[in-house]
Amino acid sequence: MIEQLVFYLFGAVLLISASMVVIMRNPVHAALFLVLAFFSSAAIWLLLQAEFLAIALVLVYVGAVMVLFLFVVMMLDINLVALREGFARYLPIGLTIAILMVIAMGLVVSSDYFVGDEFLVKRTLADDYSNTRELGLTLYTEYLFQFEVAGAILLVAIIAAISLSMSKLKITRSKEPGDQVLVKKEQRLRIVKMKAEKSS
Amino acid sequence: MSADLYIALPEISLLLLASLVLVVDAFSSDPEHRISFWLTQASLVTVIVLVVTSFPETGQLAFHSSFISDAMSAVLKISMCAITAIVFLYSFEYLKEHNCLKGEYFVLGLFAVLGMMIMSSAYSLLTVYLGLELLSLSLYAMVAMNRDSSSASEAAMKYFVLGALASGMLLYGISTIYGLSGSLQLNDIAAAINSDSINQSFLVFGMIFIIIGIAFKLGAAPFHMWVPDVYQGAPTSVTLFISTAPKLAAFAMAIRVLVDGLLPLMEDWQSILSILAVLSMAIGNVIAISQTNIKRMLAYSTIAHVGYLFLGLIAGTPAGFAGSMFYIISYAIMSMCAFGMIILLGRSDLEAEQLDDFKGLAERSPWFAFIMMCVMFSMTGIPPFLGFWSKWFVLKELVDSGFVTLAAIAVVFSIIGAYYYLRIIKLMYFDKAVSMTAIKASQQMRTVLTINGLAIIVLGLIPNALMTLCLMALTG
Repeated sequence: MIEQLVFYLFGAVLLISASMVVIMRNPVHAALFLVLAFFSSAAIWLLLQAEFLAIALVLVYVGAVMVLFLFVVMMLDINLVALREGFARYLPIGLTIAILMVIAMGLVVSSDYFVGDEFLVKRTLADDYSNTRELGLTLYTEYLFQFEVAGAILLVAIIAAISLSMSKLKITRSKEPGDQVLVKKEQRLRIVKMKAEKSS
Repeated sequence: MSADLYIALPEISLLLLASLVLVVDAFSSDPEHRISFWLTQASLVTVIVLVVTSFPETGQLAFHSSFISDAMSAVLKISMCAITAIVFLYSFEYLKEHNCLKGEYFVLGLFAVLGMMIMSSAYSLLTVYLGLELLSLSLYAMVAMNRDSSSASEAAMKYFVLGALASGMLLYGISTIYGLSGSLQLNDIAAAINSDSINQSFLVFGMIFIIIGIAFKLGAAPFHMWVPDVYQGAPTSVTLFISTAPKLAAFAMAIRVLVDGLLPLMEDWQSILSILAVLSMAIGNVIAISQTNIKRMLAYSTIAHVGYLFLGLIAGTPAGFAGSMFYIISYAIMSMCAFGMIILLGRSDLEAEQLDDFKGLAERSPWFAFIMMCVMFSMTGIPPFLGFWSKWFVLKELVDSGFVTLAAIAVVFSIIGAYYYLRIIKLMYFDKAVSMTAIKASQQMRTVLTINGLAIIVLGLIPNALMTLCLMALTG
């Protein structure tokens, strides 16, 4: 009973915040609502006993990705008028795709794939069952090789990003710390002698 | 577990060595990056030695059957490392001359080789995909590395966007096949298909997306749009790299997925590959005729060659697959020599990438004109050069399997293609040179390019040596 109430509460928050992401005019507010949406879906995952996914969602998406997103949104000067310009023009095609997707999803949900006892009965797991542990066991034994290769891919991404952004072009605004330390007072401050103005 | 580690020893060593090069390069102050370069070459040689010493008699599975070390992967790994070592030697000259030498070029190159090696040893669709991503990510960054050049940035952007699209297609196919067969492992997939419990048309649906991914990576028409732009826009050193070793990896991927995994669906993929092969040969050979930029011309020539590569796969016999392997290795050797020649003729202020830059080469340097002539004859498929034998083996197997019409079409297109290869020979020998500036290249570059050119002749005179190796790799 309580569980169902909690589910409907978070479900409602999720739906409202997800629609607010689209509706809000201010992109910062939209991003903050996206954080709320992530948070409530994490709570729903927790109800489904997928605690690792819930924690990962909060840590990775809310903690890292969305904060980065907020920074980008705040730093970039987004011209909202230009973004809204094509709204009427793209409305028909957007609406068509949206309706098609709704129909497709309706077909999938109403099909007989999701009918059956296994979808109705909630699997109860032992109290000491930890899916973090199970995931870890699979990841570091069965998928060890793939895990290591994925690590190499991330390393390549780091090398690529750094070598592409650290070019010796003039546009980089890096400073030589050595030159900064050696700077003299005269290079920064110019004292100009001038007559004091008389008050009229 | 330790046995698994031993089977993947070449890959593990390469990962460690690449990281070593990365660290050493970060701390070395040499503006010419000599230490990184030689360390890179030493790493490649080490890997070759490791593969040769642990040459597998039979296929050995490791890491819960997601990795295989067999004769094919060993032969391909040796070829990839040897080709990459020569490519880096040419690139080193080019990057020094054009003042855009960066240590990361070699590091990313080594990671790309690691990706290729993983692809050729993959025995699970997940491993195939991860190897491919490791290779592709390194290549995107290598194309974009020269930030001053707007054409390189444009090429990198196109390559990245289209590559991401192709990866998406491939993943979609992989997930479909996984959903139907219930396994990512290639032998399990083959067994599941053989058990006849899966709807055939759904399987073909998934397979089509996988083939699109493979065709994109090889640059087969109609998924070839990125090839000319990337080949032309990227620095010649990177074009040289893209057009050689990664093609071997894409071939390995095709064999692993289509032959090891989807062999029960052979009739279906044969017909799909036939369409791709004919389109590639037609588009590649015909459009190459109107090109004035030699890098772009060689890009269209690659597309055509990929068409011929598919012919061996269509034959559907181990000998046919061996013919394709022979084709792709010999193509890599020829392509390496052709792009090496563009690097040789270029100077810091000039990229010798127009066809006109080859005018009168016979007067400027009779020896290198001769080598370029060998490469062009070989690419056309004129005996006794290597390129003749690669076409010969592929077409012979194709006819033996009964695809006579397809073989006839292939021959017609190779005659059309002869025009633009022979035009370069005409430009070199019968036209007046635009400028008579002496060729400025180091002794090292000249020597290796000469050996590269002579290899085309020597391997063409004893084609059976390489062919026996390829046959052993695919039947043994």
